[in-house]
Amino acid sequence: MTDNDAPPVIVRDLVKRFGDFVAVDRINLEARRGEIVGFLGPNGAGKSTTIRMLCGLLRPTAGQALVAGYDVAREPERVRQRIGYMSQKFSLYNDLRVIENIRFFASLYEVPDSVLKERVSWILDMAGLSGRKSTLTGTLPSGWKQRLALGCAVLHRPPILFLDEPTSGVDPISRRQFWELIHTMAAEGVTVLVTTHYMDEAEYCNRLVLIFQGRIVASGSPTELKQRAMTGELVLVECAPLGLALDLLRQTPDVADAAVFGNALHVVVPEARTMIPRLRTHLSQHGVIVARMEPIRPSLEDVFVSLTAAQGAGGKA
Amino acid sequence: MLGRLRGMLIKEFIQVFRDKRSRFLLFGPPVIQMLVFGYAATLEIRHIPTAVLDFDNSQVSRDLLSRFTASPYFDVRARLNDRRQIGELIDRGDVTVALQIHAGFAQDLRKGRTARLQVIVDSSVSNTALIAVGYVNQIAGRFSQDYQRERLFSTSPLVQSQLPSIVLDRRPWFNTDFDSQWFFVPGVIGNLILVMVVSLTAFAVVREREIGTLEQIMVTPIGRLEFILGKTVPFFLIGLLDTTLISLVGTLWFGVPLRGSIGVLAIGAILFILCMLGIGLFISTISMTQQQAMVSGFFFNMPAITFSGFATPISSMPEFMQWLTYLNPLRYFLDVLRGVYLKGVGLDVLWPQMTAMGVLGLVMLTISVARFHKSLD
Repeated sequence: MTDNDAPPVIVRDLVKRFGDFVAVDRINLEARRGEIVGFLGPNGAGKSTTIRMLCGLLRPTAGQALVAGYDVAREPERVRQRIGYMSQKFSLYNDLRVIENIRFFASLYEVPDSVLKERVSWILDMAGLSGRKSTLTGTLPSGWKQRLALGCAVLHRPPILFLDEPTSGVDPISRRQFWELIHTMAAEGVTVLVTTHYMDEAEYCNRLVLIFQGRIVASGSPTELKQRAMTGELVLVECAPLGLALDLLRQTPDVADAAVFGNALHVVVPEARTMIPRLRTHLSQHGVIVARMEPIRPSLEDVFVSLTAAQGAGGKA
Repeated sequence: MLGRLRGMLIKEFIQVFRDKRSRFLLFGPPVIQMLVFGYAATLEIRHIPTAVLDFDNSQVSRDLLSRFTASPYFDVRARLNDRRQIGELIDRGDVTVALQIHAGFAQDLRKGRTARLQVIVDSSVSNTALIAVGYVNQIAGRFSQDYQRERLFSTSPLVQSQLPSIVLDRRPWFNTDFDSQWFFVPGVIGNLILVMVVSLTAFAVVREREIGTLEQIMVTPIGRLEFILGKTVPFFLIGLLDTTLISLVGTLWFGVPLRGSIGVLAIGAILFILCMLGIGLFISTISMTQQQAMVSGFFFNMPAITFSGFATPISSMPEFMQWLTYLNPLRYFLDVLRGVYLKGVGLDVLWPQMTAMGVLGLVMLTISVARFHKSLD
């Protein structure tokens, strides 16, 4: 790293093709020191493929990725010294004890003996495993395993951390604890790139990158995205039957979009205040019983749906 | 470098030896199989189930049949009086050989004519059938010789002393009693080491690929060679220990003599295990799942054993196949095993086999290491 101010992660026109399938299509990205960048997108959008290229696990078809100042395609080994990686698959050895897993990864990263003891007790504290270092890893609850895996991934104190759906299959409380750890690390200057499809997790990120069909469709802070992406206001509609209401709303002029969210509908309109009475009448006239209809603040999920819908329509045209 | 390799080795040894079952699986089955194969694998054909039909029922025919009854090679299980019964017995597999003596057998002999002994044989197991017919031929030949001598002796006693004949002066080297266990036990050692080392190595890598730990290891700075050494050194040692164990069973239990030097045997075993590590690693580089590794392993093991000269001599294979056997490390290791065990020969004789294994091992390990990438595509 010659330039201390250079962003730790720089991605330029990165492409990955598997045969005819374009998994990642000219992605550009920069991540600053201490920034938490979230990759958001449906399964198969290219999030994991991008992360794997940044770790040197997959070779880019075209484009360039500089991680910690090194080209991942040319000097993957130098990159590996400076990154931590944790994937959606639980990647520790279930048949090793907690301490044996830690020692194993410490040896791979050549963590010096002088600091090993301190790192070990840091991981045990962080993962809540103090006094359980002789437990077989496979018998730990998933939240603890996940924190142990994170600990093992950052044993060598890497300045950059890649997390590929790190919290899949972990209970909500453990997820929150996990994210607190990530925030602590980011505060200490670690750059974190994380993929997720939990919308609530996306709110923890400083910056979000929405990926759809291999391309970045939007990026910005969660708040920015919400403001920018939604042209109009969002109305929550609780009614029955849902399907009929959805069809009716979609046919109504002035309704930009309507989608099912849980057991209700989210409807995008130019102005909520004037539209709500109109929609209420319209629905009741066609036999829909409306329980609730009120303006709400958009969630990231709304943003995501609206952006990918726009992208999908644009792609077809 | 050494720190990482040490870490890999510690981890591998912990995983291999952690639980009782996997400890047992490393050493139990090879020893048990050695015992089973040592007893079961034999080329000797004895107690061939036999049926006889004696339509002549004369002194002479009974005399001939009694030679079969007395022979260790035939086990006369049925005396029939109807030809049709033969088909039934052979179909059911109750007998392999049926001997039929025609009416007038004794009379033909008495009149100096050729008498016929019919041999019906189930040749669906062709090798056994061939050998059975050979034995029948031997017994009938001896009988015919004795009959001739007896008649000559009774007519002109003087002639007998002038009858020329060839007497076989048997001098079997190395295995005086033609004990087929002595032949098989060294071969079984080779087979067991092949199967053990290839599958252990292939599975060890593929299992990590399957559970996802391989991906995690790939993003660490570990070197390709460190990883491969970490994976192979434990199985190299286990392979050597297995060789020692089953060789001990061969020597102490089956009494197969170890006439040559243990050192030469050890060199052969080390070179052979290196070849098998290479094959195992190669299989692991082409297999994504343990199931694929198992099938690929099978695809290697069966031909390797068949074309090694373990059971059937290489010299009777088609010429093209004979050429292929030169690529088979087991072929050379069997030469070394039988050479050291039974012939007691040393490196002065076995160096070509050792060289061949060394070269094959080096080539296979190089290919496997070259094919092993720290990436997923």
